[in-house]
Order: sequence, then structure tokens, then C-alpha cells
Amino acid sequence: MLPEIGQFLLVLALLLATALTVLPMLGYARNNETLMQTARPLSHVLFITTMASFVILVVLFVQQDFSVRYVAENSSLELPLRYRITAAWGAHEGSILMWVTVQALWIAAVAKFSRSLSLDQIARVLSVLGFIALGFVAFVLFASNPFETIFPVPLDGRDLNPLLQDFGMIMHPPLLYFGYVGLSVAFALSVAALIGGEINEQWIRWSRRWTNIAWAFLTMGIILGSWWAYYELGWGGWWFWDPVENASFLPWLAGTALIHVQAVSERKNAFRGWTVLLAIIAFSLCILGTFLVRSGSITSVHSFAADPFRGIFILVLLAIYSGGALTLYTFRANQLKSRDTINLNSRETLMLANSLIFITATFTVLLGTLFPMIFEAVGKKISVGAPYFGLMFFVLMIPMAVLLPLGSQLKWHRDDVMLAIKQLVPYLLITTVLAVIVWFLFKPLNMRAIAGIYGGLWVFTATVGQWFKHPARGSAGVIGMSVAHIGVAVFLFSMSMTEHKDTEKDILMQPGSTHQVAGYDFTFTGVDRVQQENYQAQQGHVEVRREGRLITTLNPQKRFYPKQQMPMTEAAIYAGWTKDIYVSLGEAVNKEGGWAVRIYIKPLIRWMWFGGILMLSGAIIALFSTRIKRQEDKQRDRVMEQQLKLS
Amino acid sequence: MTPTRKKRLILISLVVMGVGVATAIFLTAFKDNMMFFKSPTEVSQNDFPENRSFRLGGMVKEGSLQRIDNSLKIRFSVTDYGADVQVEYEGILPDLFREGQGVVTIGQMREDNVFAAEEVLAKHDENYMPPEVSNILQTEAQQ
Amino acid sequence: MKKIVITLIPLALFFGLVTLLFLNMGYHNEHVPSPLIGKSVPSFELPLLYEDKTMTEQDFIGEPWLLNVWGSWCPNCLYEHPVVTDLAQSGKLKVVGLNWKDEFSDADNWLKRLGNPYDVILVDYVGNTAIDFGVYGAPESFLIDANGIIVHKIVGELTPENVANEILPKLAQLQ
Repeated sequence: MLPEIGQFLLVLALLLATALTVLPMLGYARNNETLMQTARPLSHVLFITTMASFVILVVLFVQQDFSVRYVAENSSLELPLRYRITAAWGAHEGSILMWVTVQALWIAAVAKFSRSLSLDQIARVLSVLGFIALGFVAFVLFASNPFETIFPVPLDGRDLNPLLQDFGMIMHPPLLYFGYVGLSVAFALSVAALIGGEINEQWIRWSRRWTNIAWAFLTMGIILGSWWAYYELGWGGWWFWDPVENASFLPWLAGTALIHVQAVSERKNAFRGWTVLLAIIAFSLCILGTFLVRSGSITSVHSFAADPFRGIFILVLLAIYSGGALTLYTFRANQLKSRDTINLNSRETLMLANSLIFITATFTVLLGTLFPMIFEAVGKKISVGAPYFGLMFFVLMIPMAVLLPLGSQLKWHRDDVMLAIKQLVPYLLITTVLAVIVWFLFKPLNMRAIAGIYGGLWVFTATVGQWFKHPARGSAGVIGMSVAHIGVAVFLFSMSMTEHKDTEKDILMQPGSTHQVAGYDFTFTGVDRVQQENYQAQQGHVEVRREGRLITTLNPQKRFYPKQQMPMTEAAIYAGWTKDIYVSLGEAVNKEGGWAVRIYIKPLIRWMWFGGILMLSGAIIALFSTRIKRQEDKQRDRVMEQQLKLS
Repeated sequence: MTPTRKKRLILISLVVMGVGVATAIFLTAFKDNMMFFKSPTEVSQNDFPENRSFRLGGMVKEGSLQRIDNSLKIRFSVTDYGADVQVEYEGILPDLFREGQGVVTIGQMREDNVFAAEEVLAKHDENYMPPEVSNILQTEAQQ
Repeated sequence: MKKIVITLIPLALFFGLVTLLFLNMGYHNEHVPSPLIGKSVPSFELPLLYEDKTMTEQDFIGEPWLLNVWGSWCPNCLYEHPVVTDLAQSGKLKVVGLNWKDEFSDADNWLKRLGNPYDVILVDYVGNTAIDFGVYGAPESFLIDANGIIVHKIVGELTPENVANEILPKLAQLQ
């Protein structure tokens, strides 16, 4: 009975999304207020409906209802309850249902927190969002239905992919979806603005907060994904430039450009077309990313069931949404003419430069990801190695790091560049002194490491110094910006250290033997067997000592999941303030109990993720900016007044 | 020339220079890191880039895996059932590396016709065969 | 007009991208028609799992049959097992198993636990016959007519849908 109810709710959601697409837009076209007012209640009901169907899916997992194909494929009698719940969004069908639910949640939130928009604006925005929801509900119903039943009912399920039985992977997809879907608000605003042929500061200010939240979620999702790859894949890497990773990184890059451009366009009547275009690009990259991950068009080490029909479906959605939006852009963008001229010597110019750097980075990563496809079309099989991405990214981040402090030094509207540069000289001196100290502590360092460390220190000292001198250093906007930029500095510094000062060793260890790696003594005391609910494991014991003193005993595991017939490497990590000690088991090599053991020393790796957390915290802090709040209140009063006058 | 014009000209030339440098770096980075995918049959016909890395994919030949005592050195053959290539690798193999399963290795061909692998990839899926590999096997089956 | 040309650039790039993605879908179609369809079954001589004798492709001439490639190590085989059982019990055609790269005791346990749906089970321990058939993963199934010609191939597990929509209609055409 439950699967049928879930299915029914989805059909209902499809109808509601259709109504939300059509009615408010019709109301806008005919200037019919009643029709436009349906937008908000429809949004709320849509959310309740999709949420209910998602809850039903979770219940089906908890009850172990193997008559549902999706449950049978991703759960089993032995699977612990916590993973049964999270399996609801572990695989494709459920994750798309979650996407739809999150989409509906954002739509409901937009409907609720949009009092500063006039009725015709919100009607258009919600209608566009409803149209996006419509496409994804249809995708769930017709191409990835999680409520599909099977007969005969299997006695036991196939179990959840062991890689997904883990906290990082449980939280990673929802966070990314919150980010992806959040960017749809800026997208919807752009489309709504293009339809109406007008956009104003209030409107951008309103959408900027949504972009900030979305960007924060996206950042968190990427951090978790990176962290998960680090400890779960057993290779000790934190970023592989794998197509699936790039798929989540592309919207982030475009989103970063968007945030900075919005900071200009919410203040002045400038960069209007660019803001609108960036919002369209950012959300389009979210759909493109989903396509790349789900269609199997690209070869990736992350495995996802590929299905050509699903691929085509997402491609059609991409063509409709992005193609539609860009068509509108082609014909309407010139109506959103920016009236204010931009003075070259101002922060605005630097913000523009920032967005250009980030959008170049976006296209570089996109090209690297898609190039194998272009070659495949002419019958050659190639792949683009990680060094390409690493180098390109490095090249693009140099001007970013160099210009960042100049951007925050310059005033809005008009300033004196030469004076600003002069004011930066003290920071440059401090940076150089610090960099020399770092050099003596950690030499030798190669060119790239030096550049990264210098860049990190430069951004750090300048940001801290500028914050102290800032007249409004107590305001949320300034604190948010400073925190985010310090995050950039922390990331650059620790990333350079992690990448260039790490030690990686694969060693053959006999029981009782001791090996020295980077000043630590590793003693292997042997391997024993461990039996868990749904896996067996061989657990190694490695004692780590420094100058004779025991620091920790690490217990890496080699697991075997019988249901999936799948071996898994579970690394053991000693997480320290200055470095991680990472040990994972390879395989038994000889009869005397010798094992291949992988030992990594990764300096400052946690700080790298912490830098990311600082960036997203900055975006969150900026939400509490009173300047924006005050102006929003004013705008709301204006809207209320107008509505009173009308009625 | 008015000062505004001059400034604009400077700005434009800076942007053009930036784009030029970026494109140049892009092209070199791309050229250096583009890796071809080759099958054992292609390699046996000497169709592979010399002195640079490429990807060699196929199946790990049954019974070909051998360990060199007291080291992490491993030798195995990659086959597409048309030809075999000897591969040598030192280090830890991925979880799903097995004889008779698909594999992709990255490395260079040595003078002695042994492929020195720096990286060995197997996908996290027991039925997985890289699409490139399955395509090769399909063409071999047709011949 | 000139302005529209500029704003048209993103749209044009986008359509180039979508075209590329669309074309690329074709290259990655997993349902590659087997080169063997319409051709005779590759010749083989294989031992049986439960009898001490060997069989060749000639022994199956005379009635249509389904060759189902499986192994106890293959999770998807577990999943298609009820479907195979149903098909075999329907008596519409002879279902022959090809036990691929499997240990006898594992295969035996598997069948004892789940039931043995197969008419006969051929054993391909080394995997050479599977290669001749172009098998690139288990499970895979081949529908073969009374003259030993391969009529249809299913890559991946048998499902009630592909049995009803592909296997049974093809079988009906044969009779």
C-alpha cells in the first residue's frame, strides 16, 4: 500500500508543479492578481507533497519492504538501521527524489521569505522555480521511480554499496543538492527578470542572500566529498580532478564569480547582464554536472549505474532550462541595460576581474572534463591527466591571490589605485618576512609551493590588516568578507604544504618489523580478524612512535562485504594539529604474515578543509548584514504601501 | 589621445595579454597532459607514444600475476585476447584488482618492452569493465 | 542587431555543448548489438556441473534454448535468479546455465541455497567459451534458436520486463 501512496503523491506533485508553473505566469501575463496569488500556497503544498513521498521512501527502508525494487537493491536484512535510513538517498532513484524534495523546500522557503518582492516579481520567480520542479518530478516519475515494485518479492536485498555506508557519503549528496537547488533561485530570478525586461537593486540584493546560502552548502558538500575521498578510498588523496568531482566543482566556481558580481550589482546599476548570465551559467552547470555523473558519458573511478534513457532525459531538461534561459538572454539582455558607468579605479573593476578569473577557471575545468568526449567523437581515446588541471588552476589562482587584497583595499565607486597600492606595501613587507621564515623552517620548497605559501600569507596579512583599519569592522558584511578571505588564505597555505611537503610510502611490513618514515617509527604487530554486522575485516595493528615515545596505535582494516562480494580498504588516520598520519592496508604479500602497507604523512591537511569552512562561514555571516536588512525593510514597506493603495 | 581613452587602451591590452598568456599555458598544459588510451593489440603493433605516459587498458590475464619476493613489485599481463603486454608495477594494488578483470594502467613503455606502470586503476564495482576496455574486447570479438 | 549577436554567443556555445553531449551518448550505449547475433553459436565442448560428461553446441540443436551466464560470485545473478526460475518453470524453453569462472563448491552451495532452475549447467572454469561468446560481465543471456543461431542477447540481468518484451516475443517468432 505504501509504495502506491508514495507514487500517488509524486503524481500529485507533478500536477501541483504544473499548476505552479502555469497559473502565476498566466496571472502575470494578464495582470490578474488572484492568479498571481496562487503562487505562494501552491509552493507550500508542493513541498508538503514531495516531503511526504520522501518520508514514505524512508519508512519503506526502515520496514525492509523488498517488494520495492529500489529498497531491494540498496538494503538487506543485515544492514544496520542508520544505514537503512540513509540508503533512502544513497543510490540514484532516491537521490533524485531527494533533489525534488529539496527543490520544493527551497521553493517553499522562497515563497515565505520574499516579503520584500512585489507580487508580480514573486509570481514570476515561483513560476520559473515551479517549472524546474516540474522537470525533476517528471524525471523521478518516468526515468527513476523509487517506488517501482517487483515480483516475486526477494527474501533479502542486495545490500547498500559499502562505499556509501559512511557518514561523509551520507551527508555529501544532500549538501550538494541544497547547493545546486539553491542556485536555482538566482537562476529563476534571472529568467523572471528577463521575462519582465527589468531588474533592480532590491531584487538582486534579495537574490544575493539565497546565492550566499546556496554557495555555503555547495562549499560544505565539496569539503565533505574531498574528506570522504581522503579517508575512504584508501589512496590518501583529497582531490583527483575526477570528472565526478569536477561536476560539483564547476557550479562552485561559477557561483563564486556570481557572488562577487552580485556585490557590485546590488549597489549600482551595473553589470546587470553579466549577473544574469552568471546565474544562468551557475545553475546550468549544476544540471550539466548531474548529467555527467548520471549518464555514464564520462569515465570515472566513481561508479554510478549508467542509463542512456536517464542521460537523454537530463540532457533534454538541460536543453529546455538553459537553452530557454539563454534564448531569453539573447533577445532580452539588452533591455537590462546597466546605466551607471564604472570608474576604472574602483573596487568594481576588481570584482569584474575576479569574476573573469573564476569564469576562466570554470571553462578550463569544463574543457578538460569534456575534451575526452570531443576526441572520442573522432575515434581517439584520450584522457586529460590531473596535472593539467593542477597547473591551470595554479596559473589562474596567482592573479586571484595577488589582486584579492587590492580589491578589498580599493573603495567602491572611485579610488586612487596608486594610493591603494602604497597602502598595501606594509602588508607586502610583513608577508615577505613571514615567507622567509617559512622557507627556513620547511626548505626545500619548489616554485609552486613557494608561490602558494606566499599567496596564502599575502592574502592573510592584508585581510587581517585591512579589517583592523576598516571603519565598519563590526558590520556583518565586513566580517563575513574578511572571514571568507582568511579562509582563502588558510586554504592556499595548507594546500601548498599538503601537496608539496607530504610523504607517501608503500612498504612491505613483516610482523614485528619497524620502519622509519619522515621521522616516525612504524611498528607492525600483525593482523587479526574482526566480524561485524555486514562485513568481515582483517585488522592490522601499527604502532607509531616518535623518538621512542608511543604516539598512537593505528588499526587499518581490509573489509569484505559478502553480500556485495566487495573488498574495501578502511584507512586508519591519526589526525593531528600539524599533520595527519595515515595508514592503510594493501594485501597479504607472503606466508610469514607480511603485508603491503601504505603510510602517508600529510602536513596541515585538516587546515585545508578548515579554510573551506571559513569561506562558507564568511558567506553565512554576510547574511546578517544590517545594511542589506535595513534596505530590505525599506523596500518591504514600499511594497506594503503599494499593495494597500491597490486594495 | 584623452586620458580615459589611454586608460581604456592600457586595460584592453592588459586583458588581451592575459588571455594570450592563459591560452599559451592552456595549450602547453593540455598537450603535456593529454594521455592516449591504447590496447595491448595497438601496443604490440608499436602504436603508442614513446617516452611519455599513456593509458594501457585490458583484462588482467589469468595466471599471469606474479610477485617478486620480499618487495612490492608485481608483474602481470594485460590482454585484449589479441595480444598481451607485460606490466610491472611497484606498490599497492587497488581493492578490485583481480585476474580476469578489467584494469587500466598508466605508465610508459620501457626499452625491454615491459610497461612500467605508475598507477593501476580498477573500478569500485565488481562487474566493472572500463568502457574503453569493453569496446576493445568487442572489436576483438568481431575480428 | 549587433548587440544581439554578442548576447547570442552564450546560446551558440551552449548548443554546441549539448550537441556534443548528445552525440557522445551514442558512443556510450551499453546495449551494443552483439556481433554474434544472426551467427551460429561458437563451438564449444564443456563439462557439466553435475554429470561426469561433456557437451558441445551440437547437443542443443533441435529446440530453442536460453544460455544464461552466471557465477556464484556475481550479485546481479542472485537478483535475476527468481526471474530465471520463473522462465524455466514456465516450460516455454530450455534454460541452460553457463557457470562462469566459479569454484564447484561455491556454485553448488549457491544452487542448493536458492534452487537450481537450469536444465543443464555447463562449466566454463577458465572463461574461454565466455570470451567466444563476447561476454563482458555476468549475468548475460543468449537466446538461441533450434538451428543453433544466436537470436538475441541480454546484457545484464534478466527482468520480468525484458523477458516479457524481448525474450518471449523473439521466441514466439521462432515458433
